[in-house]
Amino acid sequence: MADTKVAPSTAQDFKPLSRTQMAARAARDIPEGWYVNLGIGIPTLISDHVPMDREVILHSENGILGMGPLAPKDAIEPWLVNAGKQYVTLRKGGSYCHHADSFAMIRGGHIDLCVLGGFQVAENGDLANWATSENDTAPAVGGAMDLAAGAKRLWVLMEHTTKDGTSKIVRRCSYPLTAVGATQRVYTNLATLDISPSGFVVVDMAPGLTFENLQARTDAPLRMAG
Amino acid sequence: MINKIVQSIADAMAGIQDGSTVLIAGFGAVGQPNALIEGLIEQGARDLVAVANNAGVGHEGLARLMELGRVRKIICSFPRSSDPVVFETLYRAGKIELEIVPQGTLAERMHAAGAGIPAFFTATAVGTLLAQGKEVREFDGKQYLMEKAIHGDVALVEAWQADRWGNLTYKQSGRNFNPIMAMAGKLTIVQSQHIVELGDIEPENVHTPGIFVDRVLHVPYGDPSGF
Repeated sequence: MADTKVAPSTAQDFKPLSRTQMAARAARDIPEGWYVNLGIGIPTLISDHVPMDREVILHSENGILGMGPLAPKDAIEPWLVNAGKQYVTLRKGGSYCHHADSFAMIRGGHIDLCVLGGFQVAENGDLANWATSENDTAPAVGGAMDLAAGAKRLWVLMEHTTKDGTSKIVRRCSYPLTAVGATQRVYTNLATLDISPSGFVVVDMAPGLTFENLQARTDAPLRMAG
Repeated sequence: MINKIVQSIADAMAGIQDGSTVLIAGFGAVGQPNALIEGLIEQGARDLVAVANNAGVGHEGLARLMELGRVRKIICSFPRSSDPVVFETLYRAGKIELEIVPQGTLAERMHAAGAGIPAFFTATAVGTLLAQGKEVREFDGKQYLMEKAIHGDVALVEAWQADRWGNLTYKQSGRNFNPIMAMAGKLTIVQSQHIVELGDIEPENVHTPGIFVDRVLHVPYGDPSGF
């Protein structure tokens, strides 16, 4: 991976990735031929960064395989929405199925990759992304638990810290879990991290960021790849 | 001659009992049987258990049914929407019971019911709060939860085309929960945008065979809107 060699820097020197850059970074690692489910939120942006000539087949859990980009405002199909209930399009070769078949694709291990947003990812691969203990609204899980447990690979795309600077890359999740030990890789605005049997491994970092600086912003212990 | 097509909303909704479990299809507004939900509001059955992916929007449809105090419990995966005010208010006041179910498990619990399978095992939700009280079994070194079938006393379904035998098609992502709920309902009631002659739907293109359908009402309402 590139970007691991960085110039010596002070704390102010680095530039975190924007959401678009985070999505583009994750998109780089998705090869042609994969069947991919993109979760609601930042992961949805990944599809904008997979060129159409690299055939990646997007799955939406409400029964779409071969989903295309968001529908232009003047060409909306009212019956064609994605899991986030946005109007989308269907690519040539795409198809529709019912919810049980759609989740059979997930539960049955046919989806190569699922990318979800997250509240916390732990060094053992645990993901928490559906409920916090802090609000009093009713819980809502949607398809997150099915996707996290069923897809062949689970990547998480999220900010490295909360707005107040608390690390979302943790030793153990404090929020209710979505799935146990399911995450393989995390893309944040500061770094790309693999989850190995011995914890988080830094694949690359935002330009200008040093390992020490990254570790200072991270609850879980990190080590460099290689 | 078999003719499952009924002429009025009252005929479509006749006989629904208090205390029924009602499966309500749709994903947001798409594929949601709005006319039948309105019909259920008119029909008057109460103490209902509603099974739906979402928990209603604004003050219409399922939200209206809940607001009228007719729903004892809702089983759903995602009780949020652009305007979940009715559900949130009832939930905070302790006036409605919520069973939250992962979306794929929700779908498969009804699929299983329709196929005569009383329970199944899934890796979804193992080790989470939603595993509480559920049997865990190990197969080939991996843990799975036992999930039980959800049978509907009634299923409310929205189709694109229907014929008098109850054969159905769905439009685009309007299919979603509709075919599964049609299978899982003891009394499956369909509203359809189009009524076609027997044989007009190519046999290869029937999405739900008529064996799963009891009543069909013609409701050419146009495009879905509102999430």
